[in-house]
Amino acid sequence: MMKKNGTSISFLYKLIAGLIIFLCMFVISMVFGAADTTIKDVWLALTSSTSGDKISIIREIRLPREVAAIFVGAALAVSGAIMQGITRNPLADPGLLGLTAGANAGLAITIAFIPSANYFITMIACFIGAALGAIIVFGISAAKKGGFSPLRIVLAGAAVSAFLTAIAEGIGLYFKISKDVSMWTAGGLIGTTWGQLQIIVPFIVIGIIVSCFLARQLTILSLNEEVAIGLGQKIATIKAILFIAIIVLAGAAVALVGNMAFIGLMIPHIVRVLVGSDYRFILPMSAIIGASFMLLADTLGRTLHSPFETPVVAIVALLGLPFFLVIVRKGGKAFT
Amino acid sequence: MMVRLFTDDLSISYGEQLIVKNLSVTIPDKKITTIIGSNGCGKSTLLKAITRIIPHQSGLVLLDGKNISKENTKSLAKKMAILPQTPDSTSGLTVSELVSYGRFPYQNGFGRLTKKDYEVVEWALEVTGTADYKHRPVDALSGGQRQRVWIAMALAQETEIIFLDEPTTYLDMAHQLEILELLQKLNHEQERTIIMVLHDLNQAARFADYIIALKDGEIVKAGTCEEVITQDVLRQIFEIDAVIGQDPRTNKPMCITYNLLKGEKQHEKTHIPVYAASSSSY
Repeated sequence: MMKKNGTSISFLYKLIAGLIIFLCMFVISMVFGAADTTIKDVWLALTSSTSGDKISIIREIRLPREVAAIFVGAALAVSGAIMQGITRNPLADPGLLGLTAGANAGLAITIAFIPSANYFITMIACFIGAALGAIIVFGISAAKKGGFSPLRIVLAGAAVSAFLTAIAEGIGLYFKISKDVSMWTAGGLIGTTWGQLQIIVPFIVIGIIVSCFLARQLTILSLNEEVAIGLGQKIATIKAILFIAIIVLAGAAVALVGNMAFIGLMIPHIVRVLVGSDYRFILPMSAIIGASFMLLADTLGRTLHSPFETPVVAIVALLGLPFFLVIVRKGGKAFT
Repeated sequence: MMVRLFTDDLSISYGEQLIVKNLSVTIPDKKITTIIGSNGCGKSTLLKAITRIIPHQSGLVLLDGKNISKENTKSLAKKMAILPQTPDSTSGLTVSELVSYGRFPYQNGFGRLTKKDYEVVEWALEVTGTADYKHRPVDALSGGQRQRVWIAMALAQETEIIFLDEPTTYLDMAHQLEILELLQKLNHEQERTIIMVLHDLNQAARFADYIIALKDGEIVKAGTCEEVITQDVLRQIFEIDAVIGQDPRTNKPMCITYNLLKGEKQHEKTHIPVYAASSSSY
């Protein structure tokens, strides 16, 4: 009885520690970059209306970019955590199971056929694409009686992703828009604007809040479906809502940065080591750690070869691949 | 005898295969009922259909006069708890965390536990003898301990009816007895209705007040253990030639030894339907 409160209290400490790491990462990401800026410049840019070259760089280029990093990292981490919970597959990740490639294809089709599309329409296209990618992958694995093993679902995901990426590239080449498409999808966080953020961020925020409300349901679902029914959970409804949350989060992330695998895989596993396997703790912590990680990756991308950019996707993949291999080596078991 | 739970003309199929056929059975209230039968005879399927885990194709399951497939699933969860066969890994949840999820049917929104919830969880841990390791991860426990934790979770649901699908699987003899005695104690002291699938005939005979013997999805015999554990019934459901004696301690009937029935015709009849049914139920 005491301990139950104890768990929540110790989680509160961990949450605060996570927030401190996040804030530090945010400050670091604002200070370091191609242009030499100081903490004082950052402070002025954030709190005053002073103008100046460096302050403008921070306010109009670096700040929106890092805000995007925060939300993309949080969205991908939370959607990965939910996917792992629903599918009980420790290798689930929106990038690995066809969602981001699907969103990418949706993006390419929109740029090709509706050149005048605004961010909102583009984002909706990403949602539809992500849903399609997920449905194809899970449809393939559901076609086999008893479903696929975790690793085979990843293989199905890789095949579907390759197919959807080919569609995106094919459309890009045929309509001579491959530069626009790849600007969007491979460009990472470069050129993120406040206008873009205003449209996309609310979706991510709502997605994360809805997910956190359903976190307790997700824990039960992640234990065993029969147990969940026995406890009186409406599993079809809960799964449907969580599926929409995954699609919205992954789709919105693609609309901002394009393809990005491994964050959704890696962060929830790290978070489980920190806070255990109750999704009431995993989801909020994944959002914070995911955001911090993305800030780190983007700051590295901007500073490693400054003034040249190292693509953030490459950095994430470089950090994420060894992680993936470790989980596969552990036999696809949860990383606890 | 009051009747709360019964099935009427129940048929259940997996895909094309009809597993349970037109089954009508009454579960005696406040008693221990066990379902026995050979592999793939539909024992687990019946248990799952009665607890609405799987849908049934025709017929009815009635609890307190209401059709369970039309009842609110959360209010059903306050009346009956189910412990499925060997639940998956709990990936790091502690014992008290897992048991407190048994309070789910009583909670709304974020599921903050009330004082009452904590008391019930404490009680469930206490009565199952799992309170000593309530802070340890469930995965770190032995099979017997883990099974008791899952039973504690079912108890935390505070239901009058508890279903268990082979609660003694993978346990050694002593632990099997421990689980069954716990269930018996719950039945005697708190008048909980217990329905379970058991493989071991002698355990079924020793602990059950009422036994349902199934064969190919149909009831061969349902009644007291003296009525069901007979040479004739065992020959029908398992195709074995059994010697039935009496347990010197409990005076219940027990199967002392048995042989497979000889003869090609019966042999074929035994095995082919059993395999066909079992492969489709997984």
